[in-house]
Amino acid sequence: MQWLERHVPKLVLAPSFIAILIFVYGFIGWTAWVSFTRSRLLPNYDIVGTIQYQRLFASPRWEVALNNLFVFGVLFIGISMILGLLLAIFLDQKIRAEGALRTIYLYPMALSLIVTGTAWKWMLNPGLGIEAMVRGWGFENFRFDWITDPKMAIYTIVIAGVWQASGFVMALFLAGLRSVDGEIIKAAQVDGIPTHRIYTAIIIPSMAPIFLSAFIVLAHLAIKSFDLVIALTGGGPGYATDLPATYMYAMAFSRGDIGQAAASAMVMMMIVFAIVVPYLYSELRSKHD
Amino acid sequence: MTDVIYRPTQSSRRARIALRWGLYLMLSVFAFWYLLPLFVMLTTSLKNLEEIRAGSLLALPREITLEPWRTAWSGACTGIRCDGLQPFFWNSVMLAVPAVMISTLIGAMNGYVIAQWRFRGANLIFSLMLFGCFIPFQVVLLPMARMLGIMNIAGTIPGLIFVHVIYGIGFTTLFFRNYYVTIPAELTKAAKIDGAGFFRIFWSIFLPLSLPIIVVTVIWQFTQIWNDFLFGVSFSQAGTQPITVALNNIVNSTTGVKEYNVDMAAAIIAALPTLLVYVVAGKYFIRGLTAGSVKG
Repeated sequence: MQWLERHVPKLVLAPSFIAILIFVYGFIGWTAWVSFTRSRLLPNYDIVGTIQYQRLFASPRWEVALNNLFVFGVLFIGISMILGLLLAIFLDQKIRAEGALRTIYLYPMALSLIVTGTAWKWMLNPGLGIEAMVRGWGFENFRFDWITDPKMAIYTIVIAGVWQASGFVMALFLAGLRSVDGEIIKAAQVDGIPTHRIYTAIIIPSMAPIFLSAFIVLAHLAIKSFDLVIALTGGGPGYATDLPATYMYAMAFSRGDIGQAAASAMVMMMIVFAIVVPYLYSELRSKHD
Repeated sequence: MTDVIYRPTQSSRRARIALRWGLYLMLSVFAFWYLLPLFVMLTTSLKNLEEIRAGSLLALPREITLEPWRTAWSGACTGIRCDGLQPFFWNSVMLAVPAVMISTLIGAMNGYVIAQWRFRGANLIFSLMLFGCFIPFQVVLLPMARMLGIMNIAGTIPGLIFVHVIYGIGFTTLFFRNYYVTIPAELTKAAKIDGAGFFRIFWSIFLPLSLPIIVVTVIWQFTQIWNDFLFGVSFSQAGTQPITVALNNIVNSTTGVKEYNVDMAAAIIAALPTLLVYVVAGKYFIRGLTAGSVKG
């Protein structure tokens, strides 16, 4: 009884701990293992080396997926950050109806990416959407058919992604702006320092940690992006808008190529780790200090 | 105080008013941009197909029809079945409600242990859980599909509940831990001296204090699970699919005439529950978002 009393906390935590060990770390281990085998339709556990990774990096489709991730990631993160910061600064100017505007800017974050993709797919539809509307206004030669153009389709995913996530970045930055010491700002105003200088010299530099977390969250969203591509372009035209996540899914569930699916999933995880591990490490360290 | 007192002149005041107008103009333009898809979805869902083909994207419906909504709810085809989103809506409800409740309860207990009953290794366990929040789920998709098969719950709603609970533990634990850390340890100590045990302290001291974080966690989990597509599409089969998967099937079904108005009505139906939560409890929604990204 005494023993039980003393160990209750550990016993309560134990099932979660075991579940995480198996379903996160054990599963990562399984995927890593299989990525070094010749598995096709069924897993095969004989390790043969890096053949799957060689196949992966020789595949033109994977090359497109990685390129797209880079283009999408840079634009999505960059534009969302700039837009989010801009909106946060605008909203910070003692705006009337700030609450209502904030609600409007942030609501896309509550939607499923499938809904977002469906809505934008409709608006970007050249025959009936924005293109047709502008032509209807008399601009007969107006073209906005990115969604069916293999070269431009990836940018439609950027548009929809920024629409979904920029309000969230705005909320993060706004919280950051509000947490800057009001006394310092007041002192600067009294000294007659113009508002834009107060922002660039005092407020924004003090928000460095928020830039970092916004970056981490957006990068994480970008790498995991799957739903949006599926709903908006289905990876097409052809495989022009494939991302690593859709490549992995196609290999795992429609091509029956488990080895390729495992190898591509591992590469995705490496990319996430390269971004997140330094961040988590510094977070946990600063907590312990 | 500096010697020069800032005195607005006529022209600088006019400049300030112009700036103010510019500001409101920009804010309105962005509000328009964010609202545009919702507006287009809603108006398109109320038009008939002829009007959609003939009219402009932004035009209001001349003749309001609710037929697309009825079709989306109970007649649209997802693959071979043609009874609309309705069965899948209920699938999502039966999936989300238990998954949210179970994962919130587990998170509360875990957070309570990690924050208030520190033992050697507790921090390591917490770090391991936290890390689990960040993995791309693609890396567990294949083994999970096999595991669900071994457990005999592949393609079922209980199977999906299981998956969502497992991969929700990290975030729910994080939320509760960060909340309970702020409650002074002296409280637990004093209760222990009074002879209260582990569960008694949780039940009568911590739980009554937890309402805000419970709301945040429930909203976060509900939004995540309702909006999930990856697990839904990977681990369900015809008949047990959640609403996001069904919506995608309706929109991308290639048979018959493309009914854009039905697609839009279906998209709104799929979005309605989480939108409602956002409108009713936006404050808690935002708190969850920021807590999930800015730890501590």
